[in-house]
Parts: sequence; structure tokens; C-alpha cells
Amino acid sequence: MAHRKTILRIEDMTKRYGSKTVLKNASLSLKEGELKILIGPSGGGKSTLLQCVNFLVKPDKGRIWLDGEEIIHSRKKELYAYRQKVGMIFQDFNLFDHLTALQNVQIALVKVKKKTKEQARTRAINELERVGLGDHIKKYPAQLSGGQKQRVSIARALAMDPKVMLLDEPTSALDPELISEVLDVIINLRLHGMTMIMSTHQIGFASELADELVFLEDGNILETGPPKKMLSDADCERTREFCSKITELYGNSF
Amino acid sequence: MIESLTVLYGALPYLFRGTLVTIALVAGAMGLGLVVGVNLAVGQVYGNRWLRKAIGIYIWFFRGVPLLVLLFLFYFGLFSLLGINLSAFTVAIIVLGLITAAYQSQIFRGAILSLPEGQLKAARALGMSDRKAIVLIILPQALRLSIPGWSNEYSIVLKDSAVAYALGVMEMMARAHFVASRTYEHLPLYFSAGLIFLILTYLGTKGLRVLEEKVRIPGYSR
Ligand SMILES: Nc1ncnc2c1ncn2[C@@H]1O[C@H](COP(=O)(O)OP(=O)(O)O)[C@@H](O)[C@H]1O
Ligand SMILES: [Mg+2]
Repeated sequence: MAHRKTILRIEDMTKRYGSKTVLKNASLSLKEGELKILIGPSGGGKSTLLQCVNFLVKPDKGRIWLDGEEIIHSRKKELYAYRQKVGMIFQDFNLFDHLTALQNVQIALVKVKKKTKEQARTRAINELERVGLGDHIKKYPAQLSGGQKQRVSIARALAMDPKVMLLDEPTSALDPELISEVLDVIINLRLHGMTMIMSTHQIGFASELADELVFLEDGNILETGPPKKMLSDADCERTREFCSKITELYGNSF
Repeated sequence: MIESLTVLYGALPYLFRGTLVTIALVAGAMGLGLVVGVNLAVGQVYGNRWLRKAIGIYIWFFRGVPLLVLLFLFYFGLFSLLGINLSAFTVAIIVLGLITAAYQSQIFRGAILSLPEGQLKAARALGMSDRKAIVLIILPQALRLSIPGWSNEYSIVLKDSAVAYALGVMEMMARAHFVASRTYEHLPLYFSAGLIFLILTYLGTKGLRVLEEKVRIPGYSR
């Protein structure tokens, strides 16, 4: 593990809204193929942290390196190129509502990556088949279930060949019976070595698959560690409290 | 009675040519209003403070000054002052277009603001510039939502176009007035002009309803 190279490094990320600091000097780094899972109470700053990573939210302070290269987000070209390499999955999918599943995956390939229509189409169909949606490519978001929508959004992100994926509670908006179809896709990504940061309340899933859990509360990263230790005997009192509560709530398995 | 009908019958081709002028006025104004209005709306939602302020002043001006005043102001005042020689017809299109742009911009702005914030975020996350995101993701959805409001605006511009008569544009109302004042057959002529306006309103709004249905995103119930 030690020999793997660092893909993403975040240092001292801080975000304020008005006088409220919702993220305080958060630092984090991801090695190739690593999965880190953000846990913590609602409002703790998980979404803010993830969205600061690709500058959907502009941090007030903080630096980011991808593959050793620092990203200067005020340089637009650099920012757009960087975002192509960072896939983002949102809690509420955010599929483009006026486009079919196929077009959702295709559009950035054509308009951002400048692939031909034909190349983009082939790639999009491949990605949709990979998430089990080969039969639904012509459907519009409103014609898909939540689980299907989230799988389209994963296909859309993967088609860009990202180096890192950010997943913000990808199963929280789903009916319970649809959660596993999305988790299965994420497990598959993990097995194929995708580097990921994900926030979730699926603690069973997190403990099975994560390399590390990162506990975030009130904008502070209070503790980071391997799942076993975090869940059974965390150093921090607050982490222990949260983990026992959430284990009770969501169960240990997935 | 027979006499009135004979006059009317003789005047109809003349009125119909006026109808074509009216249609051209409205099509030109609505088209100009669409292009300018979309840009105003985008500027108002995504622009910086100064741009938003400037657009606010534009809208305040064109919604606040009466149409007739604007027509005279532009035709006799502004364009002749600038030494630009435009026909009354062209000036009428420009003025009607700039006014409806102010109103249309508010239809588009409302539609843009009604879209979930996540649409823009998802587009940016894929590496799209804001410009691409707006053109490819935001506007196609916002414009669909704007069709009912736009249809309403069409019927208003259609009626307003009759005021172009005051510049001497030979649209429908001008022609009805011209014939009526010569033949004293006021009733049948103005009645016919009114009827043609009603038919145009009907056809336009009907056409836009068909368009709305045609571009409706599958899966959404109304
Ligand atoms: N756009 C915003 N404006 C003001 N406050 C915000 C905004 N977005 C998030 N916050 C606040 O930041 C804090 C962290 O939110 P968030 O990152 O969404 O937490 P989490 O994802 O862990 O639930 C919350 O207190 C939230 O109310
Ligand atoms: Mg969140």
C-alpha cells in the first residue's frame, strides 16, 4: 500500500458562509485505488468538503493537487480540465432532465471532450451497459427509478475517464430496495481500482469496503482511521458516540 | 346592408395585405424579443452586479414608458438624431421588439430560476464552462417552461402592433381606418379588423400549444 502514489491531496480547506465556518482546515489525501468514506452528522460539512474538491463551492482557503500538480481554480481552462478528471455523483442524481439516459452520458463527451458523435455514442452505450442499463438508454430521467437514475449518473461520470470519483451520499435519496443496485455498482468500481471519496450513512458498506473512515463534525475532521478501529474503539469520544448511534440506526450489514 | 357588404368585400384584399404586415410586425418583434430577452434573462441571473443593474434599468425603462411615446421617441427623435434612416415599419419592429424583450426576459428568468440548482452543478462537474452549461443544459429546459408565458406575450404584442398605425405603418388597423374614413362603413371594417385579430390570436396560441406538446419531455405529467 505504501508504494502507491498519491492521486489527490487536499490541504487546509476552509469554507465560510457569512460568519459561519462550515469547513475548517480540512486536509486529506488519497492514494491510487483508495476509498475513503466521510461519515458524520448531517450538517457536518461532508457535502461542502466534496464540492470544494472540484470547486463547485469556492473554498475561502485551501490547496488541491491532482497527480502532484496544484490546481489554480481561477484559471478557467485549468479548472475545466481538472473537473473532467474528477467525477461527481450527487445525492439527488442531477441528471439533465431534458436528455435521455444516452444523451446524458454522451453530451459532455461531444461538447467537452470533443469526441465525434459516433465515438461518444459507442462509449456511452458501453458505460450504460456496464451499470446494467443497456435496455434503458432511450429513456428520460423522469421515466427511470431512483436507482436507475443514480446508475446513469455514475455512467455519465465514468465516461469522462476520471482519476478520482467524489460520491455525495449516493444512496440517501433512494428507496431501501433500490440501494443495493447502486452499491453494487460502487463495489464494482472499487474492485476495478477506482480512487474514491464518498460520504454515506451506510455504515455496514463503509466498514466492509473503505480503506479509511473520516469523521467530520461541525466542519472539523475529528478523526481518521481504518473502519474496524473507528467503529469499535475510536480515540475520539464524539466519533464513538456517532458510530454507535449510526450502527444502531442503519445496521451493520448492507 | 348590401352596400356595406359590397364595400367590405372590395376592401378585404386590401385588409388582408395589412394582415400580412401585422404578422410580419409581430413575428419580427417576437423574434427580436426572444433573442434580446434570453440574453437579458441570462445576464440577470448569472451576470455580475453591474450587468444586473444595467439590465434592471433597461427593463424599468421599456416597461414603464408607453408604447406610443416610445414609437415617437425612436422614430422622430432617436433615429433621426443619430442620422439613421429607417422605415416606420422597421422602427415599429425594433420598438415592439425591445419592449417585449423586457417582458419576455422576466418569463425566461422565472423559468431559469425554477430549475434545480443541481443542473448547473452537474454540468460544471463534467467540465463544462458556464456558457456551455447555460446553452446546452439550462436554456433548453427553461425555454420549454417558458412557452405558456411566451404565448401570452404573443397575444399582447399582436394587439400592441396596431399602435404602429401611429407611425403610418400600413398594417391592418391603418387600412381599416383608411377605408372606413373614406366610405363611412365604420362598423363592418373595424368589426372585420377585430375579427382578424381574434383569429390571429387563436392561431398563434394554438400553434404554441402544439409546440409545447411536441417538445414536452417524456415522463413528466402536467
Ligand atoms: N449555500 C449555503 N449557504 C449557507 N450555508 C450553507 C450552504 N450550504 C451549506 N451550508 C451550511 O453548511 C453546513 C454544512 O453543510 P453540508 O456540507 O451540506 O453538510 P453535510 O453534507 O455533512 O450534511 C450546514 O450547517 C449547512 O447549513
Ligand atoms: Mg450532505
